[in-house]
Formats: sequence, C-alpha cells, structure tokens
Amino acid sequence: MKRFLYELGESWKIAVAQMRSNMTRSTLTALGVIIGIVAVTLMGTAIGGIQVGFDKSMAIFGDDVLYVGQWPWKNVDDWWNYRDRKKIKTEYADGVNRMIAMTPNSNLAIAIPTSSVYRSVKYMDSEVGNVLIRGTVSDYIITSTFDFKEGRFFNELESRGGANVCVIGYDVADALFPSTSPIAKSVLINGQPFKVVGVISRQGSFLGLFSLDSIVVMPLPAFQKYFTAKSEAEILVKVKDKTKLADAKDELAGVMRRVRGLPPEKKDDFSINEQQALKSTLDPIKNSIAIAGLFITGLSLFVGAIGIMNITFVSVKERTKEIGTRKALGARRRTILLQFLIESTALCLLGGIIGLTFAFLMCFLVGVAFPSFPIHFSSELVLVSMLVSVLTGLISGFAPAWSASRLDPVTALRYE
Amino acid sequence: MNTTNSDVTRPLGPVVIDIENITKDYVMGEETVRALRGVSLQIHSNEYVAIMGPSGSGKSTLMNMFGCLDTPTSGRYEFNGKNVAAMDDDELAAIRNREIGFVFQTFNLLPRSTSLRNVELPLIYAGMHPEAREERATQALVDVGLGDRIHHKPNELSGGQRQRVAIARALVNNPSIILADEPTGNLDSKTGEEIMALLEDLYHRGNTIILVTHERDIAVHARRTVHLRDGIIESDERGFVPQFESVAVS
Repeated sequence: MKRFLYELGESWKIAVAQMRSNMTRSTLTALGVIIGIVAVTLMGTAIGGIQVGFDKSMAIFGDDVLYVGQWPWKNVDDWWNYRDRKKIKTEYADGVNRMIAMTPNSNLAIAIPTSSVYRSVKYMDSEVGNVLIRGTVSDYIITSTFDFKEGRFFNELESRGGANVCVIGYDVADALFPSTSPIAKSVLINGQPFKVVGVISRQGSFLGLFSLDSIVVMPLPAFQKYFTAKSEAEILVKVKDKTKLADAKDELAGVMRRVRGLPPEKKDDFSINEQQALKSTLDPIKNSIAIAGLFITGLSLFVGAIGIMNITFVSVKERTKEIGTRKALGARRRTILLQFLIESTALCLLGGIIGLTFAFLMCFLVGVAFPSFPIHFSSELVLVSMLVSVLTGLISGFAPAWSASRLDPVTALRYE
Repeated sequence: MNTTNSDVTRPLGPVVIDIENITKDYVMGEETVRALRGVSLQIHSNEYVAIMGPSGSGKSTLMNMFGCLDTPTSGRYEFNGKNVAAMDDDELAAIRNREIGFVFQTFNLLPRSTSLRNVELPLIYAGMHPEAREERATQALVDVGLGDRIHHKPNELSGGQRQRVAIARALVNNPSIILADEPTGNLDSKTGEEIMALLEDLYHRGNTIILVTHERDIAVHARRTVHLRDGIIESDERGFVPQFESVAVS
C-alpha cells in the first residue's frame, strides 16, 4: 500500500514534468478537452436553468392543492370520454366543505370554488386583451402563493356580497396604469366597472408559455352575474398535510362522488389534478431535451478524448527506452500502467479545470447581460465535470498505458 | 578513493547465478535464431567477471538472462537459489529491483530528473520512505564522487559524470550483482579508465560485478573472463586464480 502511494506520487511528478516539457503539445491536446468540457458544462447549466424555471413555475400551483376539474392535466387520447362529462359547478365547493366539516380527521382543509373566462380589460383609452377573469371567494388567498404589490385581496364581505371589486395581475396593472397607482380606480370588463383593490406582484410565466400576471380576480357572485357564459369552473382543495397527498386525493374522490351523486358502478366523471401529475407529464419532455443536448455536446468531449489517447500513444512510443529502463530498475506492469494513466488523467483534469473556468465566466457574463436567460451553475455541475474529466483521462489513456505496461523490457531497452 | 589495486582477489562467496544448459531461441519471421545453444555457468558473490565475445555471439542475450529481463527457452536458471525460469513479469521485476544493479552503455538516465531523483528511482519502486530514500540516494552519489552534483540534471553533467550517476543508481539498492553492459562504450578512453577504476573500487568494497564488453582492454580489469562464440562458451579463464576449475560446457 505504501509502495503504491510512493509510486502514485512519483507518477504525478513525472506527469507534471512531462506536461511542462511539452508545453505546446500539452496545451493543444488539452484544448480538445477544454472545448468538450465547456460545451458539456454550458449544456449542463442550460438544463439546470430549465429545471429551476420549471420548479419555479410548478411552485405557483402549490404542492398542497388539489384541482377538481372536467379535464385531466395531461394529453388524453380518448378526449370524447371527457368532453361529455357533466360540467363542474362552483356550488360543489360548499358540498365538499360540508363533508369536510362532518368528517373527523379529514385530510382536506378547505374547498374553494373558482370559475374563469378570458376577456379584455379596459381603463380609459387603454385595453388589454385575453386576460384571465377569475371569480372566486375571499379564502382563495389561502391556496395561492402570490404576494401583493399594492393594496389587498377582497374581503369576506365583498366576496359574499358580490361587490364590483377586483384584484389585478402585474401585467394588467402595468399596461393600464403605466404611471399611476391602480388602487381605487375602476376598470371596465364587459362594459362593467370594477374597482381595483389590490395589485398582485409579478409571478412570471409558466415555462414561458403563458403569463400568470395577465389575470383579474373578483368575487364569485359578481363574476356569475356578468360572465356565466362559456365559463369553466374548477374546485381548489387545500390539503392539511402535503405528505399525505395520495390519501387526501382518495378522500376527495369519494367526497366528489357523493356530491355528484354517482352510483358505485360508474367511473369518476371528474378529474382530480395536482402539481405532481403535471410534473410527470412534462418530465419526459424535459429529460429528452437534456439527454439529446448532453449527447450532442458529449461528442465534442469524445473528440477531445481521442486527442488525449493519440498523444498518450505518441508519448509511449517516444519514451519506449525510458519504459525499458524503468522496468530494468524494477517497475512492475502496474507501475507503468499507472504512470501513463496518471499522465492522461492529469492532462484531462487540467483541461477540465480550464474548461470549467471558461464555462463559469461565460455563465456569469450571460447572467449579467440576460438575467432572464435560463442558466444555472451549480456545485454539483463542478463536481460532475471534474469527474467526467478524470473519467475521460482514464478511458482515453487506458489503451496506450496498457500497451506500455506490456512492453518487453529487452525490446524496450534496445529501442532507439 | 581511486585506489586501484588489481592484484587483490577477494575470496569467493556463495553462488549467486547458477545456470545449467540454458538455450534461447528467437523466432524471426520463418527463421528461428538460436542465440544461446546450451550454456552452463556459475557466478559466485565477490566475483568480477567479464563476458566477452563478438557481436552475434549471444553475450547480450546472456546478459539479459543474468539481468532477469528475459527468461530462457530451456535449461535451468537459479538466482540466489530461486528458479527464475518459472517467474512471472512482476516477480522478475522484484528481482531486478532488489538484486540487480544495471549500468548501461547509454547511461539510460531520465533526462528531466536530477541526479538525486534518478538514483532514487529503484528505491521508489522498492517502496522506501521518502526521507530514507533521499538519504540513501545522496549517500550513493557521494560514494561515486558526485556529492556536489546531486541537483544537476543529466544535460548539465559530463559523460563520465552521467555514468557515475547510473552506477550510483545501480548501487543504491545494495544489489547482489552489478551488471555493466559496455559501461565505457560511450566514453573517451580517459573517462573510461576512470569508470573502470570506480568499478574496481566497488569490487573492493564487496560488490559482485559482471561486465559485458567486446574490448580486451576493458575486460582485463576483471578477475575472470568468459568468452562466448555462436551461443556457447568458448573459454572461461580465471585471471588471478588460475587453479579455479572451469565449468565451460560445449
């Protein structure tokens, strides 16, 4: 064991001396690995960025809220089975809440009715189209993750009474009130005035697909008064303990069947959705992007590895006599193998460190120039790329190192 | 230290190298070259033997056998009583490391390493502690008269000094034999004489030396001369102990 360590130390010294004395050659060879590591690392940061953005978007839905709707949150092949389902009604929320109150140790906390349509919103001469108009109750705030930029959510009194008040999203506020505060101003929706009581702070967009800031929330009775046509209802149910989400889901399914009056032999005619389900439909897409990206960038690292292999073969050939001398002095096969493996690994590791530094600088610059660009540099990434560098060195150095270790000492000593 | 005293022959010790009827064939294409055709020889410790012969006589092959760099095609070879013919690569490496000190015609020093590092190399392979090996290597360099060249690299040394480093490297593990293959072949005659004086000195200090050469001037330093021709021993003469019985086999 001791001898192994001494041999290891000796091999490191030789490797460093070798790289120094062949500066140009080492640099050019390492360049292949540098480029490979930069490519792989940048791809890694991009994937990391997508992941972070994805998680951030997901968080908006809340991991402790179940969504009861007509449609499931995934692509279905038999859409006709869902199309003819009985509509979800906002009144179900009351039924669910009654059941929760009657059930001891219920996993469910509260059910919130929501109903939504898309309309345009006007103020003076300005107009924003395609805004999500949502009617709900004051308890909606419990299930949501948003903060207020200004003002407040509508209170219980306004909620019950169906007052013409509303809370507007960041984008709506920004478009209609570029220079003034929207609080206490009235916006027009469907020709009806609604007084703004609060502005939600910026939520961002869901995977860049649709903005969550283009929204207006109002009391349900007011909503139902003006926007019943084409509205789609959804019941939000908050669970007590998010670790028991599956139990809660089962309980909710039972409750919903009773509310809907479904006979036992019939299948559920509603869908209970959750953040997790959405995640599992989107994960395969995300993963295949990641795999394809890493594969393509991995090819450049592969080219770098071939360069390392080539230079190690050259090095073995050049130093055949040295190998013979070392064997004559008592170097075992393992010693010679180790020496060349360490040389190729040191070269790759050097390339990896330089590549990683470059990648880090590039990420930093991109992050400064385009703050919204999805890029995420993590410590795991550093570890993984160092590991990949070492592995590349070991794999690409193995064939030459093996051939060196098998050299016949007599032939090697005679080599000129 | 250069007290050359060629009249003194030290008493023989136990047998170090014991070979009996060894042969070595090389297959080259369709032809088989028979480099050794049945050689028997015993070398004791405290001997100073010269192996002579023209090129193609098999002396290089025999020296590779002695050095455990190669194993015979047939025949028996025992080194310090251990059967070398049956050893695998790593066992041979261990024997070379502990029992044999090589001195090459072309010095074979590592060009980018200092004298000290070159001399340390066999000790590294032997697994010696760094401090102990530095001490040993320094001592070996002092012993060959290079105490002031410890941190020089080979390209900063003269040919004679390089060969001295190589000799220090051969000595550093206290080997059973020192195997010198044309040690003066790349040196001018004056430097060559200095190296031979050093070998003589080592002999007096208790080392066993096997010298391979084709130069008679060099071979006369030895106490015993073995002539090879066409893969067999032609003659085996003891220079200073004529009463020694020859074990030449033809």
